[in-house]
Amino acid sequence: MALKVLVGCKRVIDYAVKIRIKPDKLGVVTEGVKHSMNPFDEIAVEEAVRLKERKLAKEIIVVTCGPPQAAETIRTALAMGADRGIHVEIPLDQMDTFQPIHVSKVLAKLAEQEKVDIVMLGKLAIDDDSNQTAQMTASLLNWPQGVFASKIDKTDAGLEIIREVDGGLETIRTTLPAVLSADLRLNEPRYATLPNIMKAKKKKVVKMKPADLGVDMAPRIQVVSVEDPPVREAGQTVSDVDDLVAKLKDKGFSSA
Amino acid sequence: MMMRPTMSCVTLGRYLTTRGGRDLHSGTVLAQQAAVQADYFGEDQRSMQKTAKRIIDEDINPYVDQWEAEGMYPAHTVFKKLGSAGLLGVNKPVEYGGMGLDFKYNIALNEELGHINCGAVPMSIAVQTDMATPALARFGSEELKRSFLEPSVLGDMVACLGVSEPGGGSDVAANKTSAVRQGDDLVINGQKMWITNAFQADWMCLLANTSEGNPHRNKSLICVPMDTPGIHLAKKIDKMGMKCSDTAVIYLDDVRVPAKNIIGEEGMGFTYQMMQFQEERMAASVLVLQPMETVIEQTIAYLRERQAFGQPLLNNQYIHFRLAELATEVEMLRSTIYRATDKFVAGEDVTQLASMCKLKCGRLLREVNDSCLQFWGGMGFTNDVLVSRMYRDMRLISIAGGADEVMLGIICKGMGILPKKTK
Repeated sequence: MALKVLVGCKRVIDYAVKIRIKPDKLGVVTEGVKHSMNPFDEIAVEEAVRLKERKLAKEIIVVTCGPPQAAETIRTALAMGADRGIHVEIPLDQMDTFQPIHVSKVLAKLAEQEKVDIVMLGKLAIDDDSNQTAQMTASLLNWPQGVFASKIDKTDAGLEIIREVDGGLETIRTTLPAVLSADLRLNEPRYATLPNIMKAKKKKVVKMKPADLGVDMAPRIQVVSVEDPPVREAGQTVSDVDDLVAKLKDKGFSSA
Repeated sequence: MMMRPTMSCVTLGRYLTTRGGRDLHSGTVLAQQAAVQADYFGEDQRSMQKTAKRIIDEDINPYVDQWEAEGMYPAHTVFKKLGSAGLLGVNKPVEYGGMGLDFKYNIALNEELGHINCGAVPMSIAVQTDMATPALARFGSEELKRSFLEPSVLGDMVACLGVSEPGGGSDVAANKTSAVRQGDDLVINGQKMWITNAFQADWMCLLANTSEGNPHRNKSLICVPMDTPGIHLAKKIDKMGMKCSDTAVIYLDDVRVPAKNIIGEEGMGFTYQMMQFQEERMAASVLVLQPMETVIEQTIAYLRERQAFGQPLLNNQYIHFRLAELATEVEMLRSTIYRATDKFVAGEDVTQLASMCKLKCGRLLREVNDSCLQFWGGMGFTNDVLVSRMYRDMRLISIAGGADEVMLGIICKGMGILPKKTK
């Protein structure tokens, strides 16, 4: 029984770029800055492609919610092995107020429309670090969730997922359909070969708007300000343990 | 066996010399050139570049220092990686494993290969893709293309180009190597020199005299398997730079190959080689853009930290103004290369522009590397830094692939100012 997988991916500022705050302190500078697919989404796409190679999945649909430029992110996923794409277009000037709750509603709607068995996402996006979309999508669909997955296997009854949690690794079993999110050690994503990059150009990508899915874009969160973290101050070297303890007491970190 | 190219999780945290990345020492953002390239190259060309960059970050750059120290790099291994990703036959025919794309894709790929932290490896790749195989791809018989082109495109075979001789590098017409017909065979005698990839090559694209007469019309290109009896590779040439590239003197003593190994028409060898000069020169020029930018970026990072007489060296106007001059010239060269590429893809003859690019890139490299080495001071003189390696490696560019003096002659001819030869 081959599964249908919906993979979400997000176009974010490239991990290697130094972030600069906008003068209005309401966001970061994105214009002219290098963007790429969210690294955790690459891992999600890779896992979906591997499921297809293991003949556990039969079709991979990649979806992104983003500005026109996000089309490139979909092409990357198609070049990695996804079958077709859906681009939910958000105008660039509305990206600031587009939030995980909206994405979750979009994904939930698409999951139902496309009758998918698995919704696969990255565990978080490296620009907002929200770690909300997978959980909210599962909730909206009332599907089981396996988040922070570091291993995914098919069982007769559904899926067995090993999750990375604070205390170590947790194994859970879920039925299908389910929502999963990829953690860092789930896999190492492939890079797209040139033949696959060229083939990806012919794969179908459908464009739509959030309104087409009945999702209203009104923000639920208002960003009050965005600031740089405080500059790290110089440390102090201490001569021995007694000195260290004394200094800790002085600064009120130890009551002993 | 499925070969799956992978990106290690470590790459997520490895950003020391990534362009547009962060310098670990100072936290300063390096030049964000991503926006500039994004204007010129298409989306699929940029995807291709990303793939090339991953292979460079994973399979090439971590080993370059070791390869340079050992004086050898594993061409078969690296070519197989590149070939599996479809990167060795970007503009080669699809029937033989290539991608059949236009020359702008070559330029996109070569520009990205400039991220390799030495000159030897990109040079070796360029021999494979842009020097030893274009004539074969255009004019070779079906049989020759199956035997030699296809494996080269897939990365299963390493090729070398046997044109230069001890008696003639720039003066190709003075070549003495001969290939004399004997029945259905050619018997080859002669010497070749400065042959890159020679020690690892499976076959050589050899230029030899196949008849008497006009030296521009008596030469042929011949596919010669390197394990043919009579081929002797003399000691590896000990060079001041391009250390991990194996460069050989080759002796050919009664080397016998089938006459059908001639590429295209007999006597057309010189013409075929000349036809690919435009592409060779544009490829060489674009290959060295990134190394110049890397040297400038690293020099800036170093000079921010390095103090002399109470302030960072970078604060000296003489220094930051000079770096601005150099960066300006690099951008000018980039624009000219892009212009030549577009004209070439549109079907125009770009001999003049391509020759100008080649001339400029060799000379600009010397200026960039010399000025930056000076600013690095004593550290620049050590073998622990990239700038000294680039100083040594890139000095070759004014000599190889069309020496500066030959470029100047071509440009003068194009301008109508070259004196006529008196016989």
